[in-house]
Amino acid sequence: MTREYVYPAFGRFWHWTQSFLILFLAVTGFEIHGSLRFFGYEQAVRFHNGAAMAFLVLIVFAIFWHFTTDEWRQYVPTWENVRAQAEYYLFGIFQDAPHPTRKTKLRKLNPLQKIVYAGLKLFVLPLVWISGLLYMFYRYPQKYEVLALDVSALQPIALAHTVGAFALLCFLVAHLYLTTTGHTLTSNLKAMVTGWEELEEEPHAAAPTPTQAATEAAPKGH
Amino acid sequence: MKKILLALIGLAVVASLAVTAVRRSDAGPKPIESLRQAYRTKGRPSVDHALFAQLKGPFAKPQLVTAACISCHNGRHTEVMASSHWNWERIEYVEGQGIRAIGKKNVLNNFCIGVAGSQQSCDKCHAGYGWADGTFDFTDPMNVDCLACHDNGGTYAKKTAGAGMPEPGLDLALVAQKVGRPQRANCGNCHFFGGGGNNVKHGDLEMAQFETTRDVDVHMGIDGADMACVDCHTAEKHQMLGKAYSLSSMNRNRVTCDRCHGAVPHEDDLLNQHGYKVACQTCHIPEYAKVNATKMRWDWSTAGKLKDGQPYEEEDGQGNHAYMSIKGTFTWKRNVQPEYVWFGGTASHHLLGEQFDASRPLVLNPLHGEYDEPEAKIVPVKVHRAKQIYDTKNRTLIQPKLYSASPGDGGYWGEFDWNKAAAAGMKEVGLPYSGSYAFAETEMNWPLNHMVAPKEKSVSCEECHAREGGRLASVKGFYLPGRDRSKLLDGLGTLLVLGTLAGVVVHGGARFWFWRRRQGGK
Repeated sequence: MTREYVYPAFGRFWHWTQSFLILFLAVTGFEIHGSLRFFGYEQAVRFHNGAAMAFLVLIVFAIFWHFTTDEWRQYVPTWENVRAQAEYYLFGIFQDAPHPTRKTKLRKLNPLQKIVYAGLKLFVLPLVWISGLLYMFYRYPQKYEVLALDVSALQPIALAHTVGAFALLCFLVAHLYLTTTGHTLTSNLKAMVTGWEELEEEPHAAAPTPTQAATEAAPKGH
Repeated sequence: MKKILLALIGLAVVASLAVTAVRRSDAGPKPIESLRQAYRTKGRPSVDHALFAQLKGPFAKPQLVTAACISCHNGRHTEVMASSHWNWERIEYVEGQGIRAIGKKNVLNNFCIGVAGSQQSCDKCHAGYGWADGTFDFTDPMNVDCLACHDNGGTYAKKTAGAGMPEPGLDLALVAQKVGRPQRANCGNCHFFGGGGNNVKHGDLEMAQFETTRDVDVHMGIDGADMACVDCHTAEKHQMLGKAYSLSSMNRNRVTCDRCHGAVPHEDDLLNQHGYKVACQTCHIPEYAKVNATKMRWDWSTAGKLKDGQPYEEEDGQGNHAYMSIKGTFTWKRNVQPEYVWFGGTASHHLLGEQFDASRPLVLNPLHGEYDEPEAKIVPVKVHRAKQIYDTKNRTLIQPKLYSASPGDGGYWGEFDWNKAAAAGMKEVGLPYSGSYAFAETEMNWPLNHMVAPKEKSVSCEECHAREGGRLASVKGFYLPGRDRSKLLDGLGTLLVLGTLAGVVVHGGARFWFWRRRQGGK
């Protein structure tokens, strides 16, 4: 077993803040939606709007971080090893086969994660943000001094926001479960807390350098 | 790196521009405290009318008081004679009807139905003297009743079924010496009792408001602003601001909250935004008829039952008339939650002589409005429902003659014969009566504007933003968060989440099963 520093400090801060915000937004959001009662409608709206603003601020910092550190490259989807990764989740995982791709600081995501996360960042989250902002700054048609956002009805905005919410909820369920599929049940979780992850032993004697690991397509097991 | 920084700066500029674009440019709301100050100081009359020689009296008839008034306030009678209080008529554009003379003189309601034929009784509330029938001279200034509105002494009263004449035996000189700006009592003497009793019509205007608390009405409450009607219903040359949609149709001459409170009265912008589509009254009048009950239903079809040949009355448990031989059966309610409709400020009116379909309720004054109209807002209304007489052959509502001045004149309240009352009433308005009648369901909308509650008692968010049974459950045409959703979308979404959960459970279970098997194999 080896230990590798996979998640840098800001990445972890961003991840956990975002996860709590999303959970909180889900609870308050589904209360506004009428699905549950917890805070009371008025408080739910205020909390939801406040948390949304905090989320947006976090996003601005996260975007800045992703670009200044080149972290964004980690999310560029690739078809390489997708099949191997899928086969791992469908078959190999039950036989205790080794992970088909190796996690490093420079390649923290496996190919399936890359696709899912890229989808999340390019489609689901923007859908939620844009519809959420429209929801918040939506004004009724042609009334008073409303200058910019002339939307004729709230319904499409609200429905788009609901679509995003359900998609995020599904992601949350799957994501929480998949944290248990690391080297041990909790190694992924621990890594996201400490930054250091326990990884499987390299089958080869000489461990590749991080740069090699990043560029090397490394199908393992199958 | 530079590119990224530039992009970020660009993004920040775009974001701040976007924020500027949606920002409103309203000036802040008038602070409520300055309004309280303004209305706390009650005006005092600039002269003492008791000292005027012209008002020493005695006055043999009320017309002589009017003459005395006009002798100083010359020309003012012409203003009164141009007003609705005198003419009971408004020339208005009615959608689908064109320009029509509506107003109290011409329009039917579903309470005492209409004035025609019953002027002797109804015109107790006319701001004039002697309008007993169709021959009243609306051009005679001596018949203007100044005292009904300007008596500040509280001694003036009009005679029941006296065609607007004062109670006999009143000391008119005493009344005339104590005139001044109209008080709640002046307006309330008629407007609180419309429809033949306290709070029958409006629901939000009743005798409790002569002297009430701010709990009932923040504006009129004596421990509140203690305002007079004319503080809001201001007058210019005897033309009062404000009107009721039971009698008028156009979006003009309205008293609005924002005249004092501004368009953005809340500190909280989330609440101010509601004002684009929700009238102030919707949240701030959570219920009406807060002290005495109001009439919700009037069934004329049961009228006419007699005991030993004599008309009688029955009361419900709260002391309201439940049945009257002359009027039929009533339902009264206290602390009523309003109904809500989209309203853009115009109404139409069912006009006398118009044909209608009696198989469904006829709305006498439909309020126009829908979500998409820029001017339309959700407003609270009292809906008064009734069964009233109509002509089954001509398919028109009937104006019956109700008040009976002398035996044999056809007045229903004397003879209890609908056929005779219908014939006499329709003759009065110059319309045919076929001789066969029945009773039709009708509805009337009374937008609510009074009995504004203290802010702590205004409608809370949950009362409208509720999945089921909210106050706005029946108001359609828009997406109300908390109430509305796409059932399909919610169904698919739930299915997807549950499917993911099931997948996780199956996958995790299989992992556990294989793990156990491996453990066993070792």
